[in-house]
Amino acid sequence: MNEIFQTLKMYFEYPFVTYALIVGVLIALCSSLLGVTLVLKRFSFIGDGLSHVAFGALAVASVLQLSNKMPMILIITVVCAVILLSTGSEGKMKGDAAIAMISVSALAIGYLLMNVFASSANVSGDVCTTLFGSTSILTLTPNEVWLCVGLSLTVVIIYTLFYNKIFAVTFDEEFAKSAGTKAKSYNLMIAIVIAVIIVLAMNLVGSLLISALVIFPALSTMKVFKSFRAVVISSAVFSVICAALGILISIVYSTPVGATIVAVDLSGFIFFTIYGALRRGVS
Amino acid sequence: MAQLSCKNLSIGYDSKIIQKDLDFSIEKGDYLCIVGENGAGKSTLMKTLLGLKTPLAGHISMEDGVKGNEIGYLPQQNLIQRDFPASVKEIVLSGCQGRCRFPGFYGAEAKKKAKEAMDKLGITHLKKSCYRELSGGQQQRVLLARALCATQKMLLLDEPVSGLDPQATQDLYDIIKKLNDEENITIIMISHDVGAALKYASHILHIGKTLFFGTKNEYLRSSVGKAFTTLKGGEDF
Repeated sequence: MNEIFQTLKMYFEYPFVTYALIVGVLIALCSSLLGVTLVLKRFSFIGDGLSHVAFGALAVASVLQLSNKMPMILIITVVCAVILLSTGSEGKMKGDAAIAMISVSALAIGYLLMNVFASSANVSGDVCTTLFGSTSILTLTPNEVWLCVGLSLTVVIIYTLFYNKIFAVTFDEEFAKSAGTKAKSYNLMIAIVIAVIIVLAMNLVGSLLISALVIFPALSTMKVFKSFRAVVISSAVFSVICAALGILISIVYSTPVGATIVAVDLSGFIFFTIYGALRRGVS
Repeated sequence: MAQLSCKNLSIGYDSKIIQKDLDFSIEKGDYLCIVGENGAGKSTLMKTLLGLKTPLAGHISMEDGVKGNEIGYLPQQNLIQRDFPASVKEIVLSGCQGRCRFPGFYGAEAKKKAKEAMDKLGITHLKKSCYRELSGGQQQRVLLARALCATQKMLLLDEPVSGLDPQATQDLYDIIKKLNDEENITIIMISHDVGAALKYASHILHIGKTLFFGTKNEYLRSSVGKAFTTLKGGEDF
């Protein structure tokens, strides 16, 4: 045990490890908040779809050799999020089909572009890094960390301010509209925020594993807690603990960051499922 | 003066008209049942009254200070709600969302209103329970309490008893009648249960191939009413 702490202490002398931990925890926090709404509204898959879109956007930005890729990725992802969430309920195309189509197309086009306009010799390595986020979280600059802190704070503040409205729109959109709540605007807001989170999270777990950050906390805590407030708060706590644990484990045992976090999330989910089932059995 | 009146109203989806020339008006304290075949546009009419859909033609006017967002609405249950982790209190309180000044917070007034609504519907003891663990009848009462938080004047109910067992159905009808009698709240209800519609309602709106609007007794004497009630087994009335 002592050895592990020694190793951790050594690693934390490097600023990039601290950055990784800060950014990881913040992204986990934000994605779990929005995740509750997405899971309950049956939009779990949107995280997955959007992360593929972000991957495609990244490929396009690389091909164009933009020095700052972030704005372009953000814009493309936000636009797709808005399209996807607005087709969800009343569009002519079914929501799930639309997500599947957009996500697989974005993935294919992204890979195609990276291959055709290969900038480095190791294309499959680049693709793998983007998809599974193996190293990028450890190469964060202070500017990126501040950007991430700022955006996360904004997400948390927006979520707290509009908490009751978000609940109303999630639980019953029709009723919310009839009571004069502008459900469309709130859906739009949720879409934009989730797109921002996904672009941020790409650095952490890579675009393939983002949906894990979105869905695992909500799915796990829903098994045990009975009010919306409790589910939201516990999801945030669950997600933060899993992300921190995952990052620490990956540092100590040199495992891939993204995959380790998801593995910890999965263990948490299994634990909550068993606990929930036991409690239901008892009562 | 009529509380709600519709003139030459046409309703439908995406500019496709499914029902036109609807003409009716109701007074405060009326109990209107909307009956008709599946697909006749009953739910669409309700959504149009609520302002969720724009009328394709014609005119809806509300008087007596009823604004669009002062109508209590009990929609049909959707898939999302069936396993939703929310407490009864949270759901009832969300009925006050139209009246809170700042988007995110409910004041003492809203909380008081929610408490009164829960008292009226006899669900105060369930306020900490989880919505998804309640019986169908209890769930409908929760949603009705939420609708009450949104209104003093008018409730729009979209098939409130579908899927309930006979006892729960009876209880819910009794509660709705009580709200209508004691609080003088106008009720507009979509119903497949013509028997109950004729038992409780003061007015009937029949939509479909033939249109009818009038009091219950006029409906029973009309040809459309006779045809429909025999068909649906409402002979007792």
